[in-house]
Amino acid sequence: MNWLKQLLSRRRAYDDLSNEMQGHLDEKIEELVAAGTSRKEATAVARREFGNVTSMEEDSRDVWRWLSIENFFTDVRYGLRMLRRNPVFTVVAVLTIAIGIGANAAVFSVVNSVLLKPLRYPHAEELVFLHQTAPGAAGLTDFENGLLLSPSMYLTYSQHNRTFQSLGVWVTDTANVTGLAEPEQVRVVAISDGILQTLDVPPAAGRWLSQADQVPHGPDRVMLSFGYWQRQFGRDRSVMGRNIVIDSRPREIVGVMPLGFRFVDTDYDVIVPLQFDPAKQILAGFGFHGIARLKPGATIAEANADITRMLPIWMDSWSNGPKTNPHIYETWRITPMIRPLKQEVIGNVSEVLWVVMGTIGLVMLIACANVTNLLLVRVESRQQELAVRSALGAGWGRIVRGLLVESVMLGLLGGVLGVGLAFAGVRLLLVTGPANLPRLSEISIDAGTLGFTLLLSVLSGLLFGLIPALKYAGPGTSLALRSAGRTISISRERHRARNLLVVGQMAMALALLVSAGLMIRTIRALRTVEPGFIDARHLQLMRITIPGLPGGDAIQATRMQNEIVDKLEAIPGVKSAAFGSEMPMEGFDSDWDEIFAEDKVYSEDQIAPLRLYKHVSPGFLQTAGTRIIAGRDLTWEEVYGLRPVVMISENLAREMWGTPSAALGKRLREFNSAPWHEVIGVVQNVREHGVQEKAPETVYWASLQGNPDDPRPPSFLETVTFVIRSERAGTQSLLSEMRQAVWSVNSNLPLASVRTMEDVYGKSVARTSFTLVMLAIAGAMAMALGIIGIYGVISYTVSQRKREIGIRLALGAQSGDVVGMVLRQGAKLALVGVSIGVVVALGLARLMTSLLFGVTSHDPLTFAAVATLLILIALLACYIPARRAMKVDPMVALRYE
Amino acid sequence: MKKQEQRDLFPGALEMMILRTLKRQPLHGYALVQHIKRTSDDLLQIEEGSLYPALQRLLKEELVKAEWGISATNRRVRIYKLTLAGSKHLQREVSRFEKMLEGITRVLAPGES
Repeated sequence: MNWLKQLLSRRRAYDDLSNEMQGHLDEKIEELVAAGTSRKEATAVARREFGNVTSMEEDSRDVWRWLSIENFFTDVRYGLRMLRRNPVFTVVAVLTIAIGIGANAAVFSVVNSVLLKPLRYPHAEELVFLHQTAPGAAGLTDFENGLLLSPSMYLTYSQHNRTFQSLGVWVTDTANVTGLAEPEQVRVVAISDGILQTLDVPPAAGRWLSQADQVPHGPDRVMLSFGYWQRQFGRDRSVMGRNIVIDSRPREIVGVMPLGFRFVDTDYDVIVPLQFDPAKQILAGFGFHGIARLKPGATIAEANADITRMLPIWMDSWSNGPKTNPHIYETWRITPMIRPLKQEVIGNVSEVLWVVMGTIGLVMLIACANVTNLLLVRVESRQQELAVRSALGAGWGRIVRGLLVESVMLGLLGGVLGVGLAFAGVRLLLVTGPANLPRLSEISIDAGTLGFTLLLSVLSGLLFGLIPALKYAGPGTSLALRSAGRTISISRERHRARNLLVVGQMAMALALLVSAGLMIRTIRALRTVEPGFIDARHLQLMRITIPGLPGGDAIQATRMQNEIVDKLEAIPGVKSAAFGSEMPMEGFDSDWDEIFAEDKVYSEDQIAPLRLYKHVSPGFLQTAGTRIIAGRDLTWEEVYGLRPVVMISENLAREMWGTPSAALGKRLREFNSAPWHEVIGVVQNVREHGVQEKAPETVYWASLQGNPDDPRPPSFLETVTFVIRSERAGTQSLLSEMRQAVWSVNSNLPLASVRTMEDVYGKSVARTSFTLVMLAIAGAMAMALGIIGIYGVISYTVSQRKREIGIRLALGAQSGDVVGMVLRQGAKLALVGVSIGVVVALGLARLMTSLLFGVTSHDPLTFAAVATLLILIALLACYIPARRAMKVDPMVALRYE
Repeated sequence: MKKQEQRDLFPGALEMMILRTLKRQPLHGYALVQHIKRTSDDLLQIEEGSLYPALQRLLKEELVKAEWGISATNRRVRIYKLTLAGSKHLQREVSRFEKMLEGITRVLAPGES
């Protein structure tokens, strides 16, 4: 702290020094006077012998100073003074930078939180997702998740693996909790042993579900999420050991997971054990997500090899029943494709984010180019000042440093303001961003983002400061002192820098606008796709679970569902209501299996193509607006009568029998001993997995399934989506009437996932529309900055060339010629910029191929339209200064000197 | 940075003389200069003012310390005093200087080689 003390006491030390030196002189003079010299003479002698007082004083002071730093502070003070003196310039420059930096900081904080930071688990780099594909399984490509694991696979893998510390499987579900307050539907994660060990996050209270809890028919236990514990029990620790009733089954609470613990990327309320019974497992049942923790040092390639080694063991250890060939799955060519868990969580959002980050970076460059242009103009007008400073002995290094300090300060001021904007931007993003953006809850502006912003501020300050600084403060600028008047016309070289900047801006603006244009075309293309339902805005959805009681009557449960439909249809303004396993794009795990036609021959050692299975009530298709192309819909009589009838999608009918009408009357079945079902209807193709995905071949079964000849009771769908067509969809009043309708049938049934089909559809195209919005913002900013840039350059040249234009006019040039001359200059810049931009855009658009739909990355229409638009706007921007040039009065211009 | 006290002397000479003088007794600036001038029989041509930057350097390195006091002529002056570190420093410098002087003398001595 010594230097600090020195710094603080310095003023006093300087005063002491002056006093002391003065005292020295006085003493000398006194002595000389005493010796008989005249006072005047004595003063002169004393001063001569002492030397240069000021210089001595300065040298003495220098001893105490930290020279380079203090010069730097002088530069800072000087810079601030210069910035204050020109407030318009400063405000414009700082705002430009702030917008650029703010946008970058906001997007960076998202990229950092979502893509760069590790997942919030201990040693998250060891966590992997057990992804598998089965290229030989026809139909499976329709299902997003590849081939999920079956319980028997899990049991084999966890017993025989050599590369994992732990592994487990899980599945998400919903269930009804009763007996607390209002009946509530909760989100359930059902896990096998090994899952909690793999994620390795200790519980906040109580204990984990243990291996003992996984024993079939053992005691029923449950863990709670922190949020559910807080919401339902006020974080009361005494609930450990108490029971809650989940789907009519009491379960003992054993523990609570901590706040912020997410299950890979799902929110959940309760965790229950899967309790697999090894004695009852078969090969099939591919419905579980698998995760694992690699042994330290093990690689993903080794883990893949390990799984490949275990697949034959799996086929040898289990069976699908007597007289089946377990090795039939060899034809599926099951291949492990283990991925880091982080990649699985992030999903396909990373390319969107990188595209957005790249475009925002381009905007930053454009902003820097604009500020550079401003600085160039300003430094040009400050040339005399710089020349004077240089003439007074300032080295050019010092002047460059001064200018750089000034521009870096601009950068930092912009950065500070930018962080404020970024905070607002992130808030906006969290509100408007795609709801399915992974790790949304983790997004925040943290130290990393602030560091990035600081770096960006300084770098951009250096970037836009360096060009003018080197240009005007370089060696040999003393010439400027002489030529400081306006008489010298601006050299070609000076124009070159400014022109290059404008060309660059136009190019980048074009690239961004083309990207935005391609996204607009994508959205339009998506909107023209027939998704298989109509008027999504007037379709109200909700999910209701009727728990199947042991020995309960499926027909009775179906009657309850039917009764709910009737009550819903009685609500005023409701046109129709129905239910089914799910509406398209809802994103629930799909049901799928093989299907066999009566008139086709199937090979014994091959698995037939997999088809999507949906279960629907009569009227479901009509309510959704899915057209029936041939035949007819189910009736309630057929449902209750367990009549063997089925409907299929158009593409399935065409694949099997050529035309939809040919399919009517044909018969299908699910497996060998199942009854044959007659095709009574062929239904329009439905884009079940999103408008960008191809419509899967689908089989529509009745919601109640059973065989009158079979002693086993019929089965029904416990959880279904009710769909209601009404003009009042989405309103609170309809919702409360729906609740009344449901509770008049059974007051224990909670309503879940209440939303309109428009919400579901919006969510499925959220990635595309988010990209569009971001690109459109970036493109608009780029265009505005580019236009300001070209306007600034042209109008500046016009003002510089006023005299020349005056002479031209005086010599007889027509005003049209002058306008043409200025416009030509602008057009030249715009054209060069646009041509370069086309090349850049081709590259950029190639990167976003995977985001496009129904349009190629080099779509000529988009390119032509954007290029034309940009050139026209550029010309318009040039026209304003051109008109000013036209109005130059030759006499005024000539007299100006 | 200009170093005026080096015009006639080698670097550090002035500091060394100051320290040596202060070793005898604490003095204020004017008395210090007078003493150096007198002792050297006016052989050394130094500007009186050049004393002050040198004194500031010594102060900063804490080889001397200064206090305001009253001089013999009843003036308010700053009196400089050698510190322990200054005393050690002086010893080192003097022995270094003597070695250097010896070397120079040998080279300058006529006719021996």
